[in-house]
Amino acid sequence: MGSSTRLDLLRLATAGSVDDGKSTLVGRLLYDTKSVLADTLDAVHRASVDKGLSTPDLSLLVDGLRSEREQGITIDVAYRYFATPNRSFVLADTPGHVQYTRNTVTGASTAQLAVLLVDARKGVLEQTRRHAAVLALLGVPRLVLAVNKIDLIDYDESTFEVIAKEFVDHATALGYPIGSVLSIPVSALVGDNVVDRSAHTPWYVGPTLLEHLETVPVEPDPHDAPFRFPVQYVIRTNTAEFTDYRGYAGQVAAGTVRPGDEVVVLPAGLRTTVERIDTPAGGLPEAEAGRSVTLVLADEIDISRGDLIAAAAGAPAAVDEFDATVAWLADKPLRPGARVLVKHGARTVQAIVGELSSRFDEQKLTSVPDPDSLGLNDIGRVRVRTAEPLPVDDYAVNRRTGAFLVIDAGDGSTLAAGLVGAGLQVLETDRGGTGGAQAPTGTPDLVSPGP
Amino acid sequence: MDPTTPITLATLDASPLDALDRLESEAVHIFREVAGEFDRPVILFSGGKDSTVLLHLAVKAFWPAPVPFPLLHVDTGHNLAEVIEFRDHTVERYGLRLVVASVQDFIDDGRLDERPDGTRNPLQTVPLLDSITSNKFDAVFGGGRRDEERARAKERIFSLRNAFGQWDPRRQRPELWNLYNGRHRAGEHVRVFPLSNWTELDVWRYIQRERIELPSIYFAHRREVFQRDGMWLTAGPWFGPRSDEPVQELTIRYRTVGDGSCTGAVLSEASDLDQVIAEVSASRLTERGATRADDRLSEAAMEDRKREGYF
Ligand SMILES: Nc1nc2c(ncn2[C@@H]2O[C@H](COP(=O)(O)OP(=O)(O)O)[C@@H](O)[C@H]2O)c(=O)[nH]1
Repeated sequence: MGSSTRLDLLRLATAGSVDDGKSTLVGRLLYDTKSVLADTLDAVHRASVDKGLSTPDLSLLVDGLRSEREQGITIDVAYRYFATPNRSFVLADTPGHVQYTRNTVTGASTAQLAVLLVDARKGVLEQTRRHAAVLALLGVPRLVLAVNKIDLIDYDESTFEVIAKEFVDHATALGYPIGSVLSIPVSALVGDNVVDRSAHTPWYVGPTLLEHLETVPVEPDPHDAPFRFPVQYVIRTNTAEFTDYRGYAGQVAAGTVRPGDEVVVLPAGLRTTVERIDTPAGGLPEAEAGRSVTLVLADEIDISRGDLIAAAAGAPAAVDEFDATVAWLADKPLRPGARVLVKHGARTVQAIVGELSSRFDEQKLTSVPDPDSLGLNDIGRVRVRTAEPLPVDDYAVNRRTGAFLVIDAGDGSTLAAGLVGAGLQVLETDRGGTGGAQAPTGTPDLVSPGP
Repeated sequence: MDPTTPITLATLDASPLDALDRLESEAVHIFREVAGEFDRPVILFSGGKDSTVLLHLAVKAFWPAPVPFPLLHVDTGHNLAEVIEFRDHTVERYGLRLVVASVQDFIDDGRLDERPDGTRNPLQTVPLLDSITSNKFDAVFGGGRRDEERARAKERIFSLRNAFGQWDPRRQRPELWNLYNGRHRAGEHVRVFPLSNWTELDVWRYIQRERIELPSIYFAHRREVFQRDGMWLTAGPWFGPRSDEPVQELTIRYRTVGDGSCTGAVLSEASDLDQVIAEVSASRLTERGATRADDRLSEAAMEDRKREGYF
């Protein structure tokens, strides 16, 4: 296709406390980018009239399931889609409610940018800080602080500046570098600085929210990193054209692979070279992170689903014991010694969560040593022992190969999001007292959220 | 990589994968995860554009081996001939096995009753679930997209269904990174939606980029139609017209494939992909709202049908 149809994709998440205006803001983005179609809009107009409103309530555009509509709250991550001529957006709308950690973790796990909302009258709240900490922990590389309801503080510059500074200071303490955080004064209700520049904020010279979303660099997948390729499936066939074909299907999780590259297959540790990178359109000279391909290797070695093909130089160690941070997402609590399943890459193994070394205190943004258990929405440091070795990376280095799921072996439910390694330095402020909770990388004071 | 290195513009060069490449890669990844973790997957295939794209992606995911799953068509019996021809031709071309669950069979032997309004989309649920149970399918790929309407916006890519095929919004698992959890108990199955993150426009652009063949009804053609509930329906043995519904020959095209008695055509001159894409880009109606009578019955229609075990 011509270059005119070439679009980037940006995955973003939103977060905010209830009533800060997140639904209205997301509705406004959809509405002003003309991503709402006539019949949907008609329904919203009708519902707004029913509610006795004179202008359409844009929050109704993003109000999903019936039970939520009835309760008038949003309780689960919802995905929205909009596009401009240069970029498509996948927006994970994560409601700020009781389940905020669960939702924020889910939405943030794939996000390249997060928009955090605050009410300009209230400023940065405890929950704003917690949200930012969770986003930093999950490695979302960029933040936008939308200071909403700026109309209700008479578009006052100094109030905005105080809020923006307080937030940027907090984000910096969480490890966000200068330039990765932007604060924007907006009114979701009126539309100021969401898509169109506001005449009410002449003192604000930065981009509108949409301008920023359209132009912010999309973090590439880590294609400079050492190559990582979890084998999802072994493709075999035997035809006239493809005699005794055997290819390893997967998605490049990190780095770039080229024919001739020396690789090692983990956990077995066997070495070989990449012969071809196959796709139905033909062989590729290279495949970078994010691409789904099929690798054909030079030697016949025994490889099955769950194995990891990695660069021979810079392969991870396959370990059966590691420190991790978990965000607990289930009602039943985690206790030391719990037997679970761990899914890492394409491999699921039995595991035991040995000790709980600390729990993140959401109120104080510090960690509490040696908790008895972790409950729903708790974030804590644990030691994981697995029945078979896993070739893990540190999450701070690679979001893909440093992530794992904790699964209930009995009912199959997803119990937790797991991050290999130290997680946030801010969670480690009680380092002296927590003994076992040492960062494996001998971490500096701040860990930069990274792709 | 030194984790303390600040992110600077210099390290943020544009990614070479564009939006369609990323959506394709995500869908291929999902197909392979299911092939690796489930025993008996099946692809719902109606011959419509979304399921045709789905099949194309499956073919790409396992190439040069054939797609390792059969196809399942829940056949309302109210089909346009072009679509059934296309279905059979496609199945043959890829050398796949097609399972047909027939609404007509269920009506004939009394397991289902024809509805007074004659529409059969709501009758698809029972034959679908029956087929899933009798064939022991444990993963069922569907072409559903989250942009189709609001109740789908919170649907997971892996959507767990109980033994009755029902979807419980409160029991859905959080979906993290690209790590999908397909574990289920005996009798349960998982609906899998590889096109979750695609929009209607993405689907059309991909069809164009990949030169995917579609049934001819998606492009403008002359057809004898009559108007009912603001939609243009094809005159045919099951769809009417009633005596008060005059038949006219008009230039129309279909935007979705479904039960012909409640899936409407739109007046359109868009006779090739460029024109269809231009039309979709400028569209003033979402495709379901425009052309599916059963979605217009109530705001929460889709959600109700999902709870019942429809897609
Ligand atoms: N004045 C004003 N009100 C707003 C603005 N944004 C949202 N609101 C109102 O704040 C209330 C909560 O908004 P909503 O979007 O439902 O908040 P959510 O709970 O964060 O999704 C509603 O009454 C909105 O109309 C704004 O920018 N200015």
